[in-house]
Amino acid sequence: MRWLTNFLFSSIGQKVVMSLTGLFLISFLVAHLSGNLQLLIDDGGQQFNQYAKFMTSNPLIKFISFGLYAGILLHAMQGLYIWINNKAARGGKGYAKKVTRAVGTNATAASNMAWWGILILIFLIIHMGDFWFAMKFGGSLEMLTYEGYDEPVKDLFTKVEATFNNPIFVIFYVLAMLGLAAHLLHGFQSAFQSLGLNHPKYTPLIKGIGTFIAVVIPLLFAIIPIFMYFGIYPLSSFLH
Amino acid sequence: MRLTLKVWREGGKYVGQFVDYKVDNISTDMSFLEMLDVLNEQLIQEKETPIAFEHDCREGICGTCSMVINGQPHGPMKSTTTCQLHMRSFNDGDVIYIEPFRAKAFPVIRDLVVNRDSFDRIIQAGGYVSVNTGQAQDANAIPIEKDTSSQAFDAATCIGCGACVAACPNASAMLFTSAKVSHLATMPQGKVEARKRAQSMVKQMDAEGFGKCSNVTACEAECPKGISVTNIAKLNREYMGSVFGSDKVM
Repeated sequence: MRWLTNFLFSSIGQKVVMSLTGLFLISFLVAHLSGNLQLLIDDGGQQFNQYAKFMTSNPLIKFISFGLYAGILLHAMQGLYIWINNKAARGGKGYAKKVTRAVGTNATAASNMAWWGILILIFLIIHMGDFWFAMKFGGSLEMLTYEGYDEPVKDLFTKVEATFNNPIFVIFYVLAMLGLAAHLLHGFQSAFQSLGLNHPKYTPLIKGIGTFIAVVIPLLFAIIPIFMYFGIYPLSSFLH
Repeated sequence: MRLTLKVWREGGKYVGQFVDYKVDNISTDMSFLEMLDVLNEQLIQEKETPIAFEHDCREGICGTCSMVINGQPHGPMKSTTTCQLHMRSFNDGDVIYIEPFRAKAFPVIRDLVVNRDSFDRIIQAGGYVSVNTGQAQDANAIPIEKDTSSQAFDAATCIGCGACVAACPNASAMLFTSAKVSHLATMPQGKVEARKRAQSMVKQMDAEGFGKCSNVTACEAECPKGISVTNIAKLNREYMGSVFGSDKVM
């Protein structure tokens, strides 16, 4: 297996790991977003709370979630490692004056990937501390039993609502989503390039999809705290 | 034209600092290097050490004239080497920063001169095709489609100047390495050793301490020959092919 470790430690292998974990994390973002939009349902949080219960008790989702934790850790740690290495490769001295131009990508988004990533990582730690930890281990959540359901569920919705009553949290969440937008704007198309997938037929499509998800995913995530802060619940439940 | 130059001086009495120089009566028809020649004549008359900078063909084909002008390798003009950059690209009274290419794998020798031996070692590691000695074979004995030879030629126009490394926020040599790998892997003569070449050139590139590519594409934007980052994707494919698709363990 020497050949595999050689590959994984090579500069190209490290970037392949970054692109595969990155694309995997994007698939998580889509799933997470579709789940979280249930926060905007005007049923006092019933559907969201039942969904949260399902997500923390379903064995298959539990199993996949370990892959997700591993993916986040690997992407973040390897990203930081590559960033530190790349800074070292630049040498001690920077340029007194530096202009960075790019071709077919956004130069600001592309050359600050690590900074957007660090912002997202800080956000993740705070975000998981707030909700994931409360849901998994915290005893502070009230138990609710909904009519027609046997098992009581934890009232995560009220916790989310209380958090997003604080404007500082709302601003922080929106800023983090701006970082995510920049990260995705370059990251999605860059992942395909790192995997060697660059073709005059498909690359414009890949770049188009990348720009689309870089706008839509963070935007939809960002409207959740904003809407909840103003008490706007525009969706209605399809379950009950 | 009258210009203020802020030039990086390193070696001799200079420990590594910007020194301000004023030049006057610069013609807009001069090349950037000719402008530096005028400054050096001036410095020699003042019994100062002239600025060390590299140059050779002054025709834009050798890749020797390496310097970063106002934050851009080879200056502000697209697809142009420093020697082909003319003073008409600047305005009277401009302040111009002139710095050496900066990367750990390109140590500064003196002033604007850097050591680019690391590029030579990458080429030595695999940037060639092995041919038997003896009589040369007939021209066109191996049929190659025009599109294919043009594509290989586009990659082969790399002059190995190092602007890609200088421009890259990560000091990555992927554009340079990929241009050679892609050029040779596109041609039937080069396909024979393509997998071995991808392995050995990437290994050498990593050993030289260049950074890892994050697809910023600043390399393509600053490349005096306009080498495309599609070559980097091809290098990634060639390299992964050599690891996962080879019948040998590499």
